[in-house]
Amino acid sequence: MSIPKIEMQHVYKSFGNKKVLEDFNLTVSKGDSLVIIGGSGSGKSVTIKSILGLLKPDKGSIKVDGREIVGIGSRELEEINSHSGMLFQGAALFDSLNVWQNVSFGLVQGKKVNLKEARLIAIDKLKDVGLSSEVAELYPDELSGGMKKRVGLARAIASNPELIFFDEPTTGLDPIMSDVINDLIKRCVDHLGATAITITHDMSSARKIANKIGMLYQGKIIWQGSVKDLDVSGNPYVEQFINGRAAGPISMEVRK
Amino acid sequence: MDFINLIGRVFLNFLESMGRFLIFGSKTFYHCFTPPYYFRSIISQMIEIGFYSLPVVALTTLFAGLVIALQSYAGFTKFSAEGAVAMVVELSVTRELAPVMAGLMVAGRIGAAMAAELGTMRVTEQIDALYTLSTNPFKYLIAPRVWGAVLMMPLLVFIGDIIGIYGGYLVCVYKLGFNPSSYISNTWEYLQYMDIVSGMVKAAVFGLIISLMGCYNGYYSRGGAQGVGSAATNAVVTASILILITNYMLTELFFMK
Ligand SMILES: Nc1ncnc2c1ncn2[C@@H]1O[C@H](COP(=O)(O)OP(=O)(O)O)[C@@H](O)[C@H]1O
Ligand SMILES: [Mg+2]
Repeated sequence: MSIPKIEMQHVYKSFGNKKVLEDFNLTVSKGDSLVIIGGSGSGKSVTIKSILGLLKPDKGSIKVDGREIVGIGSRELEEINSHSGMLFQGAALFDSLNVWQNVSFGLVQGKKVNLKEARLIAIDKLKDVGLSSEVAELYPDELSGGMKKRVGLARAIASNPELIFFDEPTTGLDPIMSDVINDLIKRCVDHLGATAITITHDMSSARKIANKIGMLYQGKIIWQGSVKDLDVSGNPYVEQFINGRAAGPISMEVRK
Repeated sequence: MDFINLIGRVFLNFLESMGRFLIFGSKTFYHCFTPPYYFRSIISQMIEIGFYSLPVVALTTLFAGLVIALQSYAGFTKFSAEGAVAMVVELSVTRELAPVMAGLMVAGRIGAAMAAELGTMRVTEQIDALYTLSTNPFKYLIAPRVWGAVLMMPLLVFIGDIIGIYGGYLVCVYKLGFNPSSYISNTWEYLQYMDIVSGMVKAAVFGLIISLMGCYNGYYSRGGAQGVGSAATNAVVTASILILITNYMLTELFFMK
């Protein structure tokens, strides 16, 4: 048996008295493209941020490539994170830097690539996400939502990561742009041979990107399986979610 | 019972934020002295803090010098001791007014800007993004701001000293009819190294306070635009209060032996 890319065991995380992850378990094999579905505020972003070490779990173990990351020093974490990339929900581009500087940030700061070369790599990566070299000199506040996501995607893949996270890559985009982004993600992941974890609400996007799907509900992965099993999961929670029905076992907490 | 609960909760919150601040402070200290150093960012912070604060610092120290000359003249004529005006201007400007004025002005200008900038980066996940790009925000964002403030504040105060003393000279010579050359020689006679140096040391400490408060409040801000706004306000208020308190303590340390 090979070592899983990610292994989370009995992870707990709460904010104040709000429990977000409770006895959370998840295993992701190398080369998988896992999509995590689940309602807003169910802790999907918290899950990803815990794997990246941005949030520290209260309890439990998180292993990346077999290495425990809970409680390790920031240097080691930096080293591990230099093999991963993340596309944030709001793209999180640095407003003080222009597009190519954003895209090549990890290369320049982390891998000490010189600026001339970094700019060329950035333009190349921008081409990969369908943006022309004219965009390279613009600043984030001059970009549309879809362009920001693409630049964020280019930044996430710039250092050819082995592990990529996408936090709601298509939320807030029109259906056509969403599909463009889905294609890009799929192409990037296939091209890099990377392991990917994507968060989304969007079922058509999930079906397109994923080979595995997991559903997060009340702090746990309550169902995990391959995409083709999704429609025959026999799990009432999953059925309600993928069909978008108001009636069912999941009662939306309207008021918290 | 509720009351005791409340006191307990306030006390615990206080301890928690003190602890968090101490951790923040020691991390900042560590990252200020370990490579990599982002010299480009340090330089741009120095320009932002030093050069662009020059007009406000010059204006406030000028007026402080003007008014202190008027007031000490008004007081000293009662004892026919007008000759002491130059000394009072020199002492109060270099030891107290220039560092405190500059500290408060820079706290308003730079402390707020730091908190707003880091706060925005926090709520838009740019700080998280830095971590994922293998860049430590303490090194990339915070250390350059602390260096910039600690290095530039003394320089600002030195310039403020000159302008403030010049303000006293203007009032005494052009309004009160003092003899210019005897005013200048009076000033030189009383001026001591320690006056200037103590003011500049204070300035460096104030620079540390301003940048730490700005960065701390920004780094831990949350709750969208409103959170960023209150981070900026808190940064300025806490920095200003701390500047006034530390100023008193440093004066006692330097001059009450
Ligand atoms: N840094 C934080 N501080 C306090 N609460 C947080 C923090 N991050 C997330 N939460 C809370 O945790 C819950 C899950 O958040 P999140 O993972 O962002 O949800 P989603 O599944 O929509 O991505 C939410 O109720 C949110 O309010
Ligand atoms: Mg989220």
